[in-house]
Amino acid sequence: MHRLLHTERIPGGASWSSRLRRGQGLRIQDPTGDGNLVLGLWNANDPFERLNVPDSLKSQRIARFAAPCTLQSDMGRALASLVEDTCGWHDAIGGLGDHALSASRFGETTYQDSRNDRVTNARDHFLVELGRHGLGERDLGAVVNLFSRISVGSDGALRWDPAAKPGRSATLRFEMDVLVVVSATPHPMDPGTAWNPREIVVDVDLLPPPGPDDPVRNSCPENGRALELSERLFPGEWP
Amino acid sequence: MNAIVESSLDPKRAERTVVQAGDHWMRELKAGQTLRIVDLEGNQAVDTFFLDAHDPAERYCAQTTLREQGNIYLTTGSRILSTRGREMLAIVADTCGRHDTLGGACAAESNQVRYGLEKRHMHNCRDSFLLAMARSGRNLSKKDIGPNINFFMNVPVTPEGFLDFQDGISAPGKYVEMRATRDVVVLVSNCPQLNNPCNGWNPTPVEMMVWDPWRPSGARHPPVR
Repeated sequence: MHRLLHTERIPGGASWSSRLRRGQGLRIQDPTGDGNLVLGLWNANDPFERLNVPDSLKSQRIARFAAPCTLQSDMGRALASLVEDTCGWHDAIGGLGDHALSASRFGETTYQDSRNDRVTNARDHFLVELGRHGLGERDLGAVVNLFSRISVGSDGALRWDPAAKPGRSATLRFEMDVLVVVSATPHPMDPGTAWNPREIVVDVDLLPPPGPDDPVRNSCPENGRALELSERLFPGEWP
Repeated sequence: MNAIVESSLDPKRAERTVVQAGDHWMRELKAGQTLRIVDLEGNQAVDTFFLDAHDPAERYCAQTTLREQGNIYLTTGSRILSTRGREMLAIVADTCGRHDTLGGACAAESNQVRYGLEKRHMHNCRDSFLLAMARSGRNLSKKDIGPNINFFMNVPVTPEGFLDFQDGISAPGKYVEMRATRDVVVLVSNCPQLNNPCNGWNPTPVEMMVWDPWRPSGARHPPVR
């Protein structure tokens, strides 16, 4: 029972944010297959609560996200579940690129010359999108880079390890009312020096609720408890 | 990365504070001051976070720090970077060789997820951080806490991208030492976790030593707010 509500096309180099409700989903598509989407999540009703990457990683004993998994808040609740995923590795380490990094990699550009093709960066995107919702720098926590793979060697060394494939997708199911902020900018460890950010397409859907047999709920006892803590905030509520 | 480097600083010249198991410690470090954290009895996780002393909107950023050094472990030579990409401190000595940057602090709620919904009452690092911030008079709150460093914890990542919580490689007397590049506030929770082996099932004290570069006598002075 998926029901498409609307589609957002996020041009490469642009950002987007939206409040989305428990029960809604976001089917995120990477048409060219070498895109990157930086993702942050907040509780829309109480943005003091936000995505906590370390808590999400340690409770699931993972160092990257792949379905079935949860994206948990600092209050132990599943903000979202990753329920569908043709990529299998979403980076939790590389974080946000900023203006200095973009300028060193892609060169300085001016709006006068480049207009809407001006080089952007994820950190500035997040500050603007959070500002739209009355939030700011102090609210900005760790982020996820969807569709990017950074592997970790036995000595701890990080390696840009792309797995490009046209038409990749990942679907988030929101377990709470959330503020979603995304930036369609290159991963900060992508060694490419040509400014060629990729378009990302997101479908906002209505999704069925996670039942007792839900793969995320049953992926590990920790995820069962994270979903239960979210459900306590919304007893019996699913659109 | 595993750069074992001993310090030449003399502990007799340091301002020294023992932080008991489960307690917190918060102090401003002025640019140029050096902080050593000593794992007195071994296998103790020391959850540590840094904020700019003058503008707490700028704080330690794990993701920037790891990305810019290209490695998940901190050791001698690691630059501790802020959310604005600036160096806050640099690790100048380390006799342990490996410190966790991915696991973050334990919290009442993450303990519920990890160990059982009835675990909310157990002592945890996030509560220690919140109490230290509330007592500091600095107008800090939960939103100012980002992913922190767990000194002396050993959390390798497998090639498939899984976390592997391993027994610590620390031992009694191991230490890590860092010099402040800018004025920073150090926030420490000496981890009270009893549900996993990050403290060897037995939380123990750690010692903080601070050296002033401009006071070669090492004379004691009250902590700077």
